[in-house]
Amino acid sequence: MLTTSAVLDAIRDHGENAYPEEGCGFLMGTVTDDCANRVTDIRPVANRKTENRERRYEITPDDYREAQNAAEAAGLDVIGFFHSHPDHPARPSETDLREATFPGYTYVIVSVANGEATDLTAWSLAVDRSSFESEEIHVLKPTDASAWGNGATA
Amino acid sequence: MANTQTATVTVRIPTPLRSYTDGQATVESNGETVKDVLTHLVDRYGDLKSNLYTDDGTLRQFVNIYVNDDDIRYKDGPDTPVSAGDEVSIVPSIAGG
Repeated sequence: MLTTSAVLDAIRDHGENAYPEEGCGFLMGTVTDDCANRVTDIRPVANRKTENRERRYEITPDDYREAQNAAEAAGLDVIGFFHSHPDHPARPSETDLREATFPGYTYVIVSVANGEATDLTAWSLAVDRSSFESEEIHVLKPTDASAWGNGATA
Repeated sequence: MANTQTATVTVRIPTPLRSYTDGQATVESNGETVKDVLTHLVDRYGDLKSNLYTDDGTLRQFVNIYVNDDDIRYKDGPDTPVSAGDEVSIVPSIAGG
């Protein structure tokens, strides 16, 4: 994924604010010509899980539709999701793999230890759905990022 | 036209699946029901099939289908009828631990 430090900081902040529960939300942006996800903004949403929110999260299809509509209004798309792992490593859990959606989305995980965000990682589901594969995070400078525009190909 | 009851509808494709629909965010399909529409869709764009369906041919659990603003789970499921001009959306629900 390509993104900015501001986006990554916003994901960390949301994870800290949700602690000790899991926080979650959408990654908004565009897909580059070589199929990389370029995340320009996030959209936090409530963790809809009704129990065990310290270890589980859920985002409803209605949340997704609202996020997609908001993204499109800004010339963007929903290109992935983020969630936090309170007091747990920033790696996909077995539950994350079992519940995974489509290959091609970027899944960002931030570890929050004792209320403080630590590691932040990005993953994508393998095409055969057997595992999550690590995605490199390329942080662009704000000056480069400002040339992105909203959905425009730089 | 094979069937005068067949309605042409627009199908909204989630971002990562657009690589299987020639990059298009919306594509046209047709049928009398949601099941028909999706069958025609995966006939035309074969690589969508394994993303939407499990090996036994049921929609994956996280795949939700809307006709306009209605989740078909609260209508007639895959047998929900469609009308010309309807918008059929493929919407994932997201969960994990």
